[in-house]
Amino acid sequence: MTARLRAPLLSLALLAVFLLAWQIAVSGTGPTGPAMDPEYAKLMGITATTGKSAMPGPIDVAQSMIEILRDPFYIRGQNDKGLGIQLLYSIGRVAVGYGLAVLVAIPTGFLIGMSPLMHRALDPFIQILKPVSPLAWMPLALYTIKDSNVSSVFVIFICALWPMLINTAFGVASVRQEWRNVAHTLEVGPVRCAFTIILPAAAPTILTGMRISIGIAWLVIVAAEMLVGGTGIGYFVWNEWNNLSITHVIVSIIVIGLVGMALDQILARCQRLVTFPE
Amino acid sequence: MSGGLVCAAIDDLGRHPAGCGCGRSPETLDEAVAAAVFRAAIPQAARRRDLLRAVGATAVLAAMAETFPLGAATALAQDAGKIEKPNLKIGFIPITCASPIIMAQPMGFYAKHGLNVDVVKTAGWAIVRDKAMNKEYDASHMLSPMPIAISLGIGSNQQDWQLPAIENINGQAIVMANKHKERRDPKTWKGMRFGIPFDFSMHNYLLRYYLAEAGIDPDTDVSLRVMPPPDMVANLRADNIDGFLGPDPVNQRAVYDGIGFIHLLSKEIWDGHPCCAFAVSKSFIAENPNTFMALSRAIIDATGYANKAENRKEIADAIAPANYLNQPPIVVQQALTGTYADGLGNVVKAPDRAGFDPFPWQSFAVWIMTQMQRWGQLKRDVDYQQVAEQIYLATDAAKFMREQGQTPPGTSTKTFVVMGKTFDPAKPAEYLASFPIKRAI
Repeated sequence: MTARLRAPLLSLALLAVFLLAWQIAVSGTGPTGPAMDPEYAKLMGITATTGKSAMPGPIDVAQSMIEILRDPFYIRGQNDKGLGIQLLYSIGRVAVGYGLAVLVAIPTGFLIGMSPLMHRALDPFIQILKPVSPLAWMPLALYTIKDSNVSSVFVIFICALWPMLINTAFGVASVRQEWRNVAHTLEVGPVRCAFTIILPAAAPTILTGMRISIGIAWLVIVAAEMLVGGTGIGYFVWNEWNNLSITHVIVSIIVIGLVGMALDQILARCQRLVTFPE
Repeated sequence: MSGGLVCAAIDDLGRHPAGCGCGRSPETLDEAVAAAVFRAAIPQAARRRDLLRAVGATAVLAAMAETFPLGAATALAQDAGKIEKPNLKIGFIPITCASPIIMAQPMGFYAKHGLNVDVVKTAGWAIVRDKAMNKEYDASHMLSPMPIAISLGIGSNQQDWQLPAIENINGQAIVMANKHKERRDPKTWKGMRFGIPFDFSMHNYLLRYYLAEAGIDPDTDVSLRVMPPPDMVANLRADNIDGFLGPDPVNQRAVYDGIGFIHLLSKEIWDGHPCCAFAVSKSFIAENPNTFMALSRAIIDATGYANKAENRKEIADAIAPANYLNQPPIVVQQALTGTYADGLGNVVKAPDRAGFDPFPWQSFAVWIMTQMQRWGQLKRDVDYQQVAEQIYLATDAAKFMREQGQTPPGTSTKTFVVMGKTFDPAKPAEYLASFPIKRAI
């Protein structure tokens, strides 16, 4: 067995063990107590009548996954749309919020990185705002912006901003002094210096910040949509939670994870493109 | 229609005898048209009166209908009342209290009154309030205390909201975790944790009232936690709460899933209490008067339909799908028909478990304000009757109900009994003073 195959095989084995344990854990039927009156049993759910676990097994989840993915783009009214459509709404919101964050964070980060004074002056604000949870921003956003859609985009923006800002500033500040000195000696103008020397040198660090931010943006959107409702994958989870349909909630968790991974991988590719050997 | 004609004559006489039954002005459009045509045909008031006295309104009307196309004139007048905004967004919380608001879409009540409405499911009451106040919704399903709270500016910014129709009466329940099957006396509930859907909810006030009657101070002896209805069932399962006073179908869902039992229906606390309502902002009404009228007609029409027991199963099936409540139909049916499993092994038949009555009794608003003061939400004196009149649009509702063939009550205030104690809307201050457990104002 080659070393290359070992890791994937181990992953599969772990998955199999996990699924088996899951299936065993949920397959037992609990004590049902005295027999129910049939009239009464008709009005009760399966958990109450048969003692079946309220938690679905992996087979239930796989079945409902196939069912949902077979028709991801249906629209059966304002509040009932397919998973594919909900994902598109969420990705759209993330794209806008994240895009705006990139537009603000990178130039600002550049400025902070270039000026030690600005860095020290802005640092306390950044340190205070950075750890604030998206859900804490939400009421304020709804109150001031007065539009739930724009509010969720704003919350993504404000949460995705900080890692990019900090990483850009750090990347710019830690460009090797020799390189700047060389540029200075060769009388390269400040603008040209920024674009031809500092930006390429700081790019890998900036991309790391962008990668952290996209992860955060995707985390935030689910929370924001659960709160404001209407559309998006977060709303989908909430709607299924409303129905206490744990099977669908698990399907959504898997899909959210897959999309998050895809977004992360796209930025990982970009990062590899700008990395340079020293 | 003869009412309008009699009315036209009465206007001339300048007085308004009892038994006219038509209010100060002609009530419906066709009455108004008939009266106008009558005035135009015989300009002299004295001759009109003589004619009406001599042959009676019905005969005059029949004669007029032969010579003048009353139907066409009525249609013309209707055209004048053009709907300013036919495409509307209305928010709702997925509970059976909102049945008329929700079902009016799939069952065509909005369309019947010339409106194209999207009903938008919303995650919780605070979000409903914010989206409604931000004009993202043109109108909304609200808890009946909410328009009062918003209009008084407690718990949010001040904005003028109005309540043209109550949606449901009764239909709530106290659900307790299965482990409390032997602790049915609320006097033994000290230290328990309860879920309520919102601070400004009938659920909050009814649960507090019920606990206080048993000598339990709801602020110090137990803890009340605000949580969205679906979280109530999950929290009950996770043993984070001991019980909740929640809306249907959540109550029935807890029984259906074998987690809790129905301790009592809210009608046992106050039979006929209001719960949810249909709310519109004052500014929307001012800008879109005809839309508002069409909307109120549609809602009152649907509410009247929902109140008929024979329609309940059809409604349950219409609102159970994922687009609306997203619940198993059998759960919604139990909540709406009142034949239900109580979680203790009995099938109970209580046809009045849930009712739908659009009439916004102003006494309800006064009672709600006494409870807001009782529990420290409203920390100032208010002119109960004036606030109630401004927010609970009883006169309009009565007019719309008559148009939809329903029978509104002749007055807008009444006394009612909450847990054995009579509430007189004329004496709210005395009522408030009579409670031993209350917060100082």
